[in-house]
Amino acid sequence: MLEEVIFAGFGGQGVLSMGQVLAYAGMIENREVCWMPSYGPEMRGGTANCIVTVSSEEISSPIIGRFDTVVALNQPSLDKFEDAVKPGGTLIYDSTNIIDPPKRTDIDVVPIPASETAVQLKNTKIMNMIVLGAFLAKRKAVKIETVLEALRKVLPERHHHLIPLNEQALQRGGELAMSAVPVS
Amino acid sequence: MGELRLMKGNEALAEAAIRAGMDAYFGYPITPQSEVLEYLTREGYNRTKCTILQAESEIASINMVYGAAGAGARVMTSSSSPGISLMQEGLSYIAGAELPCLVVNINRGGPGLGTIQPSQGDYFQSVKGGGHGDYRLIVLAPATVQEMADFVEEGWDLADKYRNPVMMLSDGALGQMMEKVELREQRDRTARKAPEWATTGKPVERDRNFITSLFIKPEEMEQVNLHLQEKYRTIEANEIRVQEMDTEDADFIIVAYGLSARIGHKVMEIMRAEGVKVGLIRPITLWPYPYATIAKAAEHVKGFLSLELNAGQMVEDVRLAVNGRCPVGHYGRMGGIIPSPEEVVEVLKDMYSKIQ
Repeated sequence: MLEEVIFAGFGGQGVLSMGQVLAYAGMIENREVCWMPSYGPEMRGGTANCIVTVSSEEISSPIIGRFDTVVALNQPSLDKFEDAVKPGGTLIYDSTNIIDPPKRTDIDVVPIPASETAVQLKNTKIMNMIVLGAFLAKRKAVKIETVLEALRKVLPERHHHLIPLNEQALQRGGELAMSAVPVS
Repeated sequence: MGELRLMKGNEALAEAAIRAGMDAYFGYPITPQSEVLEYLTREGYNRTKCTILQAESEIASINMVYGAAGAGARVMTSSSSPGISLMQEGLSYIAGAELPCLVVNINRGGPGLGTIQPSQGDYFQSVKGGGHGDYRLIVLAPATVQEMADFVEEGWDLADKYRNPVMMLSDGALGQMMEKVELREQRDRTARKAPEWATTGKPVERDRNFITSLFIKPEEMEQVNLHLQEKYRTIEANEIRVQEMDTEDADFIIVAYGLSARIGHKVMEIMRAEGVKVGLIRPITLWPYPYATIAKAAEHVKGFLSLELNAGQMVEDVRLAVNGRCPVGHYGRMGGIIPSPEEVVEVLKDMYSKIQ
């Protein structure tokens, strides 16, 4: 199995951490994993992205130009990476603040009202976990239980009370992904 | 099996240094390798009582390394390109005085103050000698986070074996990216004894130890140089490390090190899936360089591509090895831009069609 995914959005949306959680979960499931951040001055308030590869084989390049899945959390990321989805691949995006939806018809387009749902769950920081839940439902790169195990290991003890909320967000994201209808 | 962790290259390097029994680290912060100093400051002294010191500059760092190495310590410094440039005088002194140490360069884009993004623009500086005089550094080029960790202890062992400074030449991407790392067990730092040549204080029963790179009489200086050259020939004979991937049946070979080798590997996978027999040669030691491996492959392939994040530096060594037997091309991006494998595939196809 091989999953090559890019998570892209604004700095502060939790783009880098959702990628790390996926990589960590992949490691727990005995996969080869690689997490490659874009870094530099643009991280502070500008766009941020990370490429995550989860594979049953040795991983060649940490940097790739074509992805099985693109996860875009804002309009600039959607514009930049829509064309980078491999034919037949998946494009998941936060539809809350999108004016110009994706146009491709040769891929699985999955709009998720993630920011809106995060407000309903009364914690806007949970938005990235809603999207990660959508990703896991669509691509099955790792199990949700493993992601929760990864969170228990990655999060400091004082944040462990947030794990049930994360679980709720992951599951809600999964439900939204399975009922998502592309905007035409 | 050792402990498995998901770590950034810079963190893996720092953790491996603690575990390998490092006695001292001297450094000065610079992006993209500041995590090394940060990690060591947090963990180093608390775990093994080793010395972790932020020096006032890179020039101070390398001269502290010189002093600690002379006293027989297992010592390291790390920096990124502009900082490594500042260390060149010290490196030449350390090589001249024949002291073992590990210097890590997390290469960023240059020249000048440049950019904080990854580059391989320091190849010439690392392997041809950025400082003055006829000296060589043993240069190790990791391509994975695992190797960022493994090459720390291996680097020190080589440094000790030959009394020679070792450079680990990595880059900003390998320093910042996270992969799975299997960590080695903690070495007992206090179990390692200082070498007999070290300036640890003169006991009654032996002459004083003396470490210098100053030999004012030319006859003496020539002898020192002849001895160094003999040592370098021994290193060339014994320590070349290289990885070959699918070279036996290859029509075309990519030569690349570090991050570029990872990209080259993906290019190879894409091309092989399309039926083109591409192989990869990855020099792991950049000095001594695997000339013989490339020369042997040159007998049966139609061409080589040297893939580097620079304007074409290692390609000179590939050409020396190939010695005119087949075409050698170069592809690289500069200034912190990393080419995607798909971009390199197009370059390779174009070059390949011209050779056919």
